[in-house]
Amino acid sequence: MLTRLGPILAIGLLTVPVLFGLAGTILPAFGYLPALGGTSFNLAPFQRLFAEPAIFMSALMSLAAGLVTAAFSLLTVMLFTAAWGGTRIFVRIQHLLSPLLSVPHAATAFALAFLIAPSGLIARMISPELTGWQRPPDLLIIHDPLGLSMMAGLIVKEIPFLLLVTLAALPQVKPARMRALIASMGYGRISGFVFGLWPSIYPQIRLPVFAVIAFATSVVDVAAILGPTTPAPLAVRLVNWMNDPDLSMRFLASAGAILQLGVTAAAVVIWIGLERIGARVRERLACAGRRFRRDGVLRLGALAVMLASAGAIFAGMTALALWSVAGLWQYPDVLPARFELRNWMRVLPNLMEPLATTLSVALVSTVIAVVIAILCFAREDQTARPPGRGALTVLYLPLLVPQVAFLFGLQLLFILAGMEATWTALVFAHLVFVLPYAWLSLRDPWRAFDRRYDQIAAGLGKGPVRRFFIIRLPMLARPLLAVAAIGFSVSIGLYLPTVLVGAGRLTTITTEAVALASGGNRRVIGIYAFMQMLLPAAGFAVATIVPALIFRRYRDMHV
Amino acid sequence: MTDTGLFIDGVAITLEGREILSLTRKVAPGEVLTVMGPSGAGKSTLLAYIGGVLDSVFSTTGRVFVDGVDVTALKPEDRHMGVLFQDPLLFPHMSVGGNLMFALPEAVRGRAKRAAHVAHALEGVGLAGLENRDPATLSGGQKARVALARVLVSSPRALLLDEPFSKLDADLRAQTRELVFSKARDSGLPVLLVTHDEADAEAACGDIVRIGA
Repeated sequence: MLTRLGPILAIGLLTVPVLFGLAGTILPAFGYLPALGGTSFNLAPFQRLFAEPAIFMSALMSLAAGLVTAAFSLLTVMLFTAAWGGTRIFVRIQHLLSPLLSVPHAATAFALAFLIAPSGLIARMISPELTGWQRPPDLLIIHDPLGLSMMAGLIVKEIPFLLLVTLAALPQVKPARMRALIASMGYGRISGFVFGLWPSIYPQIRLPVFAVIAFATSVVDVAAILGPTTPAPLAVRLVNWMNDPDLSMRFLASAGAILQLGVTAAAVVIWIGLERIGARVRERLACAGRRFRRDGVLRLGALAVMLASAGAIFAGMTALALWSVAGLWQYPDVLPARFELRNWMRVLPNLMEPLATTLSVALVSTVIAVVIAILCFAREDQTARPPGRGALTVLYLPLLVPQVAFLFGLQLLFILAGMEATWTALVFAHLVFVLPYAWLSLRDPWRAFDRRYDQIAAGLGKGPVRRFFIIRLPMLARPLLAVAAIGFSVSIGLYLPTVLVGAGRLTTITTEAVALASGGNRRVIGIYAFMQMLLPAAGFAVATIVPALIFRRYRDMHV
Repeated sequence: MTDTGLFIDGVAITLEGREILSLTRKVAPGEVLTVMGPSGAGKSTLLAYIGGVLDSVFSTTGRVFVDGVDVTALKPEDRHMGVLFQDPLLFPHMSVGGNLMFALPEAVRGRAKRAAHVAHALEGVGLAGLENRDPATLSGGQKARVALARVLVSSPRALLLDEPFSKLDADLRAQTRELVFSKARDSGLPVLLVTHDEADAEAACGDIVRIGA
């Protein structure tokens, strides 16, 4: 049966690139890479790595970025869900944040940069009246040495993600009833949630939290746009070495990737320690029966952080859009003196080729990922065996292993196979990251499908193929297209896999945008970042409009 | 005559070594066998087994014959067991006529002929001329009747009814019940009804088996 292929393909696609990629990173890290003259195992790459200036500062910065980002985003989401779950405000914020999920990391980082930079929108709004600035002050707000703006850029992006996974886990704990029950015992909203509901929610969102840690400890695009430069976070330096024309730097980069693996692992281990401490404190407070009824300030605080993080992205995106059509825009004017399309006309010809690559790779990898996910779930229906914990970990594998650690090796394998910088290799690399999201987002709608429709169709004499194409596929058209839109947006946002596998010859909107970061031409950056936001949004628009048009006659097919 | 109808021959269903039910019965064409029992007694499990859609966690012995043909090893789509559930489960992305067209066997060829079959089937349940309606716009009773017309038009060999009246209000329930049973009788279909409603069992005027008591 065809469906048998589903799980095999999925497991193969998720494990083979990661494991072979890791091997392809580990061997050169220990000096072995015959193609570049490394024929014996030695520790020279590591000696060279540890002789690099401020390498431990870089590692420490990466470690801190991972832990701070995860802790701040998770606490915000927990407190916000505790304080406002089940209210109208909660639903409003949820609707406000969910489109932000599809905005690529790099675009979010640019949005924040255009907002908070000394010449950014905020400074313009309060200058010169409050600040007296007639020129952008010489302040290191972005690229600050502590990495605060980089962490902020990661946090505003991870909050919507963690809120979404929390929302997916929430119904299973029957929040409304539990909330009423706990409130009747006299607990405050936040303490009741944290004591009574959070312990059953957290285990379900633990893998996504680990994925956030892995991503934030090894992020490259956000770090290049907002992060410190002296020294830069570890992953940024690794990619620079990897792209160095001096090929012997690859040994150094590979050794660095092993260090990155250690940094991410250390962050996860520290996090597990923090989990234990947190659980201990919670148990002690709960056993003491502390009610914490006066939590008004904390409730407002959680709401404020939520609003600020969403507001920052929206305001920053507005700034990006303004710059893309700005003519003369003097400091400290809040708006440009003139709007013009000349910037677009000038950039558009250069935009076409990356745009074509972006769209074709995103579409093809998404279609393949959705088909594989469907085959997996169809197989699951046949065997009536839901995948266990192990399968879920495999699914998260590409999201839990820092990207640099296996992409370096994967790139090497592509080079050895003569597939470097080919379109096929790029689709394959994207698929590794699109598939987990496709699978995860299709799981609930697929399982929610009423299987009695299938039984009825079988009773009417229809075989499995017709049951699938005539009944299930159309009835699931809306969620399937939504899943495709998610996969599409994931592909659009992928930076590191594209840079490494595309090797600078195949570029996408995202890699072009990040490459422009150091140049500082705001109008051009505005255009590229705007395109980055536009494409996922267009995907979601198509996913909403198409089924609405096809099924416009049928009321129960509307949401 | 022993060959016609539905023959449940020594069927026993077990889950993890525990026997859920065992049954040997014949249901003649046009007759109704009612299986009664509290919820969780395995009534729907029996229907799923006969329909060929039982979850593989159950283990089973015994055989099922329809009109003398052993269907135990057949795929669900080759058994032609029409099913009615407590929800009408009309396909929401097809019109009323589309639902029936989908059910109508391929052997009925030609657009006009197929349309005539569908029109006739709708007329038979008192819904003549509703082909182009969106199922979502029908009343509960109308939906139940479309579901009945849909299953009848597929020329099933037997009917499996899974508490099909339990969601209708009392008035409608008696009416729909009458319609279903008379249609089954007219078409000479053996009917297996599972229910926990005594009134259903009485109206069925057939044998009653009690399980899980």
